[in-house]
Amino acid sequence: MPVAERHESYVSSFEAFCRAPEAGPEWLRAGREAAFARFLDRGFPTTRDEEWRFTNVAPIAGMSFERARAAAISREALAVLSFRAEAAAEVVVVNGRLSPTLSSFDALPAGVTVKSLREHWQTSARPDEDSSKGRSAASATTAFSDLNFAFAEDGVVIDVAPKTVVTSPIHVLFVSVGGPVPAMVSPRLIVTAGDQSQVSVIESYAGIGDGVTFANAVTDLRVGPNAIVDHVKIQREQATAFHLAQMAARLDRAGTLTSHAITFGGRIARNDIFAVLDGEGAECVLNGLYVADGETLVDTHTTIDHAKPHCPSHELYKGILDGRAKAVFNGKIIVRPDAQKTDAKQTNKALLLTDDAQINTKPQLEIFADDVKCTHGAAIGQLDEDQLFYLRARGIAEVDARNLLIHAFAADVLSGVKVDAVRERTMRWLEEKLRLPQA
Amino acid sequence: MLLEVKDLRVRAEDKEILKGLSLSVETGQVHAIMGPNGSGKSTLARVLAGHPGYEVVSGSVTYDGKDLLALQPEERAREGVFMAFQYPVEIAGINNTYFLKAALNAIRKHRGEQELDAVEFMQLVRAKAKALEIDQAMLTRSVNEGFSGGEKKRNEIFQMAVLEPRLGILDETDSGLDIDALKIVAHGVNALRSPDRAIVVVTHYQRLLNYIVPDIVHVLNDGRIVRSGGKELALELEEKGYGWTDAPAAAVGSR
Repeated sequence: MPVAERHESYVSSFEAFCRAPEAGPEWLRAGREAAFARFLDRGFPTTRDEEWRFTNVAPIAGMSFERARAAAISREALAVLSFRAEAAAEVVVVNGRLSPTLSSFDALPAGVTVKSLREHWQTSARPDEDSSKGRSAASATTAFSDLNFAFAEDGVVIDVAPKTVVTSPIHVLFVSVGGPVPAMVSPRLIVTAGDQSQVSVIESYAGIGDGVTFANAVTDLRVGPNAIVDHVKIQREQATAFHLAQMAARLDRAGTLTSHAITFGGRIARNDIFAVLDGEGAECVLNGLYVADGETLVDTHTTIDHAKPHCPSHELYKGILDGRAKAVFNGKIIVRPDAQKTDAKQTNKALLLTDDAQINTKPQLEIFADDVKCTHGAAIGQLDEDQLFYLRARGIAEVDARNLLIHAFAADVLSGVKVDAVRERTMRWLEEKLRLPQA
Repeated sequence: MLLEVKDLRVRAEDKEILKGLSLSVETGQVHAIMGPNGSGKSTLARVLAGHPGYEVVSGSVTYDGKDLLALQPEERAREGVFMAFQYPVEIAGINNTYFLKAALNAIRKHRGEQELDAVEFMQLVRAKAKALEIDQAMLTRSVNEGFSGGEKKRNEIFQMAVLEPRLGILDETDSGLDIDALKIVAHGVNALRSPDRAIVVVTHYQRLLNYIVPDIVHVLNDGRIVRSGGKELALELEEKGYGWTDAPAAAVGSR
């Protein structure tokens, strides 16, 4: 593989970046260089890699991306993306740079700090092992997380002090603004919830403009002992966009993470989600809803690592595929030898609205303990003819009956989302995407 | 004549099920259609409701002067045809009340009546729900989800009470019901008997007909009506079984 050629644009971009002050202090620069070297060494995955069997990233690898330039967007453009009315704070990151003027921290209670990652890096005198390597809470680095670390100039760090409770969500909005050349952004979000704290975070990705964008995101969630973290990720970018995201969560003793991933796709949207249940009684809910049409490919790979005993995990992923959309779902559950009394449940369902839509789904259970309960199920299909007939036989028009059933299918996942506005807007976006009559 | 079925031949998956069935139902009447398993009773009910799984080979169905077979299932419902399902479908995620309101308003709109708002609808529903012992919890749950067999059947008759059809077709509504549930269902159906409405009760057993007393009883065998008579025919069937009706003897019309 002619690595040097394929990555030429990254090499020149990286060299230019490293000369700029945005690359940060010396230790960080060294970390970036190491990460970039690993990236060049590894290269982009191919479909020969088991983890990438059904998702060919050749369109990304074959395109010359530049580090996204600073861009300005108006408050008006932001209005449709904002959850300001509901949020305790809204942090807006445009093309990888936190925008203080578009952000608002007014309603943030004491005990919570939300700051720029750049600022965090600059003030870190002695970085910990993970930050100097750009490593996530729960996983080794990958080609994409290395690429992210090499280029991430800014991001958002949320720290919730022990026993602090933030009921209104903190919204972190990453906007990619496309331009004349394909632009790469490297968003990074780090959330640390202290002992017995509670926080709700909405992490959303949106695209503006016509140019091709590639968001290569890394999210890190650290759920402290007895902490409760409610997380929603909303991905809604342009049809030409590439979105590759890695989220890693580490849960301490009796920590609870509820995460909903809402994905509307782009050309390729891939979510790699890792959760390590690393303390007794930790519990995670990983749910997701993806809605795709056209030529979109949505790929979700989740790994739930039961490292300690008495941890429940619940996973419900649902997809609605229209047009020629494709989806991949791979749900790995690891139960370590120590993790007795694990209770893991995984469900994956997909609704195919056309004959051309397709999905590849695979559960992957690796169980090394003997006193555990692990269940998984997958159901792929079209709308249920019997249900359609039942609704029609009561006078409901076929188009409305289909609409009702699609809503019901999605509502099953969305009912777990705590922020009303997220649920309501997601339904509207779903209606738009699938061109359903508005309810 | 509200319903006129003439020489109806129906196929499902290359098998002929109805083989020239004729039936006439007047407004105000209650007809019972009885017959052994596989005789075509449920097929008749489903074809009248417009189930897409059947192919009408020949014959005609005229309902209130219209060609019923030309109408979509939802158009039939809006014209006042209602089938209580033998196996009501569970629909997770659709609230029972929301569903019924959408159905009623679709029908009212078709009739040129004002759609009901949430308050008016709930008033209507509460009154009807009480008679069929439908409790609040059943109304707020998803359609038929987690309902017992008896609850599902009661819910069907409850829907019929709310939607007020001109032709109600009950497809083995008695199957699987214990005697208490059967009485509640029968009571609900009897309350819906009216000079403006016809009811066709499809059943395998005579038992239901002790509670819903029909005006006319038909025996369906091998895709045809082979006997028709008064309510005493049901008792005769109970006594002798269906065997003696096999011979396609004098099939007496209901006219």
